[in-house]
Amino acid sequence: MRELRDKKVLVDKDGIRRALIRISHEILEKNKGTENLVLIGVRTRGVPLAKRIAANIEKIEGKKIPVGILDITLYRDDLSTIDQQPIVHKTEIDFDVTDKIVVLVDDVLYTGRTIRAAMDAIIDLGRPAAIQLAILVDRGHREFPIRADYVGKNVPTSRKEVIHVCLEETDGKDQVVLQEIIE
Amino acid sequence: MSRLKRKHLLGLADVSKEEISLILDTAEAMKEVFTRKVKKVPTLTGKTVVSFFFEPSTRTKASFDLAGKMLSANMLSLSGSSSSVAKGESLIDTGKTLEAMGADIIVIRHSAPGAPHLLARYVNASIINAGDGAHEHPTQALLDMFTIKEKKGRIEGLNVLIVGDILHSRVARSNIFGLKTMGANVRVVGPATLIPKDLKNLGVEVYYSLDEALKGADVVNILRIQRERQKKGLFPSIREYHRFYGMNERIISLLKDDVLILHPGPMNQGVEIDPIIALDDRAVIEEQVTNGVAVRMALFYLLAGRGNQNEKIN
Repeated sequence: MRELRDKKVLVDKDGIRRALIRISHEILEKNKGTENLVLIGVRTRGVPLAKRIAANIEKIEGKKIPVGILDITLYRDDLSTIDQQPIVHKTEIDFDVTDKIVVLVDDVLYTGRTIRAAMDAIIDLGRPAAIQLAILVDRGHREFPIRADYVGKNVPTSRKEVIHVCLEETDGKDQVVLQEIIE
Repeated sequence: MSRLKRKHLLGLADVSKEEISLILDTAEAMKEVFTRKVKKVPTLTGKTVVSFFFEPSTRTKASFDLAGKMLSANMLSLSGSSSSVAKGESLIDTGKTLEAMGADIIVIRHSAPGAPHLLARYVNASIINAGDGAHEHPTQALLDMFTIKEKKGRIEGLNVLIVGDILHSRVARSNIFGLKTMGANVRVVGPATLIPKDLKNLGVEVYYSLDEALKGADVVNILRIQRERQKKGLFPSIREYHRFYGMNERIISLLKDDVLILHPGPMNQGVEIDPIIALDDRAVIEEQVTNGVAVRMALFYLLAGRGNQNEKIN
């Protein structure tokens, strides 16, 4: 088992809050309001992030937008090769995605495989008008031609590093930490 | 625990509480796929699942086939009479042939107890027991437990009564093992000739009076009277069985308001169950069928995805 060592706190609580407010404004600006807009958080940490963005948008525009929860486990392309078989959780999207502008929300964008799987999953649920991507941290090293529309922070990393996003809802505190793998 | 520790599912006698919980939790997520417009996910793309049924079956076979297809596996169905076993080839040789064709999982139903265990010793594919003689039927018990958990919110501490032919029932045996592991109080009731003598050793309460057994039962699981196994005259007549152990109108007043009524199907209406019970709001027989697909999807996922032991990061 590989160990991890904290190297540096990249973003603190206020930094995360500001980044999410900026992303919320950018989403509204790009889509000219909230019409047909839905947010879908990718489990696990994309979900609280999506809920926070939805709350920001409600404050700014005074309108509630639907938030769904997506589990991409069944869409992964690495079932035979991954090390720890992921636990399958429920997808909870109680609205139709057809003709909607879907903003996918996740914490870290890395190889792009998770987002590819998430797009496959959403397309199986209906035919959205568009899919956009909001990410708290983009760490590079893409293996697929995928880029985010909204990025909280770009962090060039080496493959020996790990980005650990901690959120109040899942980890008890808000911060983004750069960690180093000790071989 | 995020992985099944075993390669095969041959029975529930030695399956731990953690493993059963993992299967039931995974099945809950799988059931969500049913609510979608496109009832198919790509999880098992490239995997091959063979269902090999030596005994007739509608729901179990269809359930496994559908589960595999909903996960995008390549599904291959064989029956005993259409395979080379009918020409005298051994079960092991057939298993090896299927493996050479790339089978990752083999689902087998056989009239001989232990047939899946034998296959598991000689082939590398994962084996799922879909019923072996009167021995075990683990996936039926798992879907029964899933249904109980879904409806009652728990299994532990519930009084679960199994009614009927316990002696010949693989459904009953697997249910007893699984329910005991999950902490339920298991009761059985039936004619003395259809209850194995050593059953009390498994920690099961044995009743011979249906009226007595039904007192305080939270779940009633009614077994099918297997007419094909009743040639030995273990009870005087179907009519007498119906009178003493049939779930009929008279029984209704003895049932709890929130009782859950299960039946593995196919039902012999008018024998072990009357239409008035089968159609009662508390009967969830059709939902059991739906849940069966979800449980089998969960098993395919958990058995096919047995990767290596290292840890994944980011």
